[in-house]
Amino acid sequence: MTTRMPSHAGRTEAARQVTRQPSLLEVSGLVVDLPGPSGGPEIVRVVDGVSFDVPAATTVGLIGESGSGKTMTANALIGLLPDGAETGGELRWRGADLLTATPARRRALRGHEIAMIFQDPLAALNPTQTIARQVGEILRRSGRPRDEVRRRVIELLDRAGVPDPATRADSYPHEFSGGLRQRAVIAMALAGSPALLLADEPTTALDVTVQSRILRLLRSLQDDDGLAMVLVSHDLRVVAHVAQQTVVMYAGRVAERGPTNEVLHRPAHPYTRALVQSVPAVRTRTAIASPLPGTPATPANRPSGCAFHPRCPLARERCKVEQPLIREIAAGQWTACHYAEELQGVRHDPA
Amino acid sequence: MIRLIVKRLLIGVLVMWGAASVIFLIVRVAPGDPASIMLGPDADSEQIADLTARLGLDKPMYVQYLSYLGDVVRLDFGDSYRLGTAAMPTVLERLSATAELMLASTAIAVIVGLTLGLLAGARPGSITDRVVSAISIALQSFPTFWVGIMLILIFAQALRILPSAGAGSPLHLILPAVTLALPFTAVVARLTRTNVAETMREAYIQTARSKGLSERQVLLGHALRNSLIPVVTVVGLHMGGLMGGAVVVENVFAWPGTGSLIVDAVSNRDYGLVQAATFLIAGIVMVFNLVTDLVYSQLDPRIRLDGAS
Ligand SMILES: Nc1ncnc2c1ncn2[C@@H]1O[C@H](COP(=O)(O)OP(=O)(O)OP(=O)(O)O)[C@@H](O)[C@H]1O
Ligand code: SF4
Ligand SMILES: [Mg+2]
Repeated sequence: MTTRMPSHAGRTEAARQVTRQPSLLEVSGLVVDLPGPSGGPEIVRVVDGVSFDVPAATTVGLIGESGSGKTMTANALIGLLPDGAETGGELRWRGADLLTATPARRRALRGHEIAMIFQDPLAALNPTQTIARQVGEILRRSGRPRDEVRRRVIELLDRAGVPDPATRADSYPHEFSGGLRQRAVIAMALAGSPALLLADEPTTALDVTVQSRILRLLRSLQDDDGLAMVLVSHDLRVVAHVAQQTVVMYAGRVAERGPTNEVLHRPAHPYTRALVQSVPAVRTRTAIASPLPGTPATPANRPSGCAFHPRCPLARERCKVEQPLIREIAAGQWTACHYAEELQGVRHDPA
Repeated sequence: MIRLIVKRLLIGVLVMWGAASVIFLIVRVAPGDPASIMLGPDADSEQIADLTARLGLDKPMYVQYLSYLGDVVRLDFGDSYRLGTAAMPTVLERLSATAELMLASTAIAVIVGLTLGLLAGARPGSITDRVVSAISIALQSFPTFWVGIMLILIFAQALRILPSAGAGSPLHLILPAVTLALPFTAVVARLTRTNVAETMREAYIQTARSKGLSERQVLLGHALRNSLIPVVTVVGLHMGGLMGGAVVVENVFAWPGTGSLIVDAVSNRDYGLVQAATFLIAGIVMVFNLVTDLVYSQLDPRIRLDGAS
């Protein structure tokens, strides 16, 4: 029936990419199983065979509707999944597999190599500790002297765009506006000098003007400081603005991925195309938004075959029974659709 | 901070005035004529009239009230007619034994309760958690006097390792303090458990983990203090309530504190003593509440800010 072989797909990709640029992080065939709701016996595969690479100093955008598994993927990358979660596949950090690494080894990477900023910037800060204390914690715990930590905290806040950092450092989170809190959270994530920053919806909770400033900050972290990023967002415009690579997720799987330009301007997957068409500014400035028809599939009740088939205008019988394998449809552009060539037009790839 | 203290003290004065007035009313409203009860069934009407006049009970109510308030301000509650000593100093003399008992109990409850609650709350649903919860529920459901008697039977009668009654040595303190502490320990443990478990689900705990902290560092560095905030309030409020438990425990263990004094005074209608003791207890509870508020505001910066504005 179904011919799902994520790990096989992952390996062939990894082999290809060795010949391209070296990656900081290689995700191949990543699987996350969560215990079902109310601790029931059934397990939900919330991330199902996700593969992508994060090259150094590159931003990878992770987009998809609510519940598509973006947060779970990001949490799996840093190793902070809910209790009872099981992971599978491979997660290679500078070549070494993280999923089989000891907990101590994974912890040592956290903050120092891979840092994460969480969705809600107020909830992400401890309400009873000053900003300075929280930003400097990772430095203090690695044994730096007090005044050096202090100096570095002020530098970090300054880098993250907190005005008057020397005084504001001693504020508590509730004394900061939403935008400032997000800057503080970014400063906190930068404190351990990580090579990769995972940012889960870093601008969603903020108002529009603040959003664009935070995005500019994230961009400059990549451009000027060489930080690699995985940027989770359900907002295509955010991803289009910041990410060089885009991964489109649907119901816990990758629908399509590749260079942002290709994926957003020449989508080969019907889902990506629908996403793009639902956002006017991405395609042309004048197009009218067409909301995505149908309701999103969730990992808990994922349709058979291609999970997108109930909503797909191109779906036929085969899509209901056979899960499409992800394949390279154009240079660097990978699509999981049986009929990707139809959208891609004349292009053909002997994949 | 200063403003907060001043504000709370002013409120405290009002509360004490209210407490004094209630005490005044209750004593007047209680059935029976104080003078005839004090003098006993053999007294003649002349003696009763004489004592009534000496106590000022023949004056109009508002005059009695004003002169009573004047006395209260000077902490003068008259004499204990039975002991023949000034009421307030007599109560105060017994207070140190009660304070000793309450402090020992609170220390036990806080240390043991916090530790158990922290262990249970760090891993909800674990064996530790379930054992702690079961013990807490059991401890809270046994009446204090029964627990006291059980402890006497076990440690004083059967094992003969601890004295069952009286005071005078640290050993004497153990059984009454433990008896008084047990239900309190259960309250602290359960509350700490709930708060720690809840705090560990907060997003900032995940942030702390993302900095590479170990579970222990997360627990002690981020979860502990924040889960303690509500616990402090309950401990503070409960210490007032501990006075009630102390009355029972002091009687079970013949502990020479205010609690056993009050029981004597009430059963003998020793109004001077009753008034002095109730007023003092109201004062102590008020001070506990004040201290609770201050500690709370120190722990939670959001409160600190609100209090100052
Ligand atoms: N703690 C949990 N236990 C079990 N299932 C969960 C848990 N958290 C999320 N899920 C399920 O996992 C799936 C993926 O969730 P995830 O949070 O990764 O989605 P997302 O793409 O980040 O969505 P959003 O845009 O709403 O943040 C969802 O179907 C969700 O219901
Ligand atoms: S595989 Fe079929 S259902 Fe899935 S996206 Fe392609 S055409 Fe649509
Ligand atoms: Mg999410």
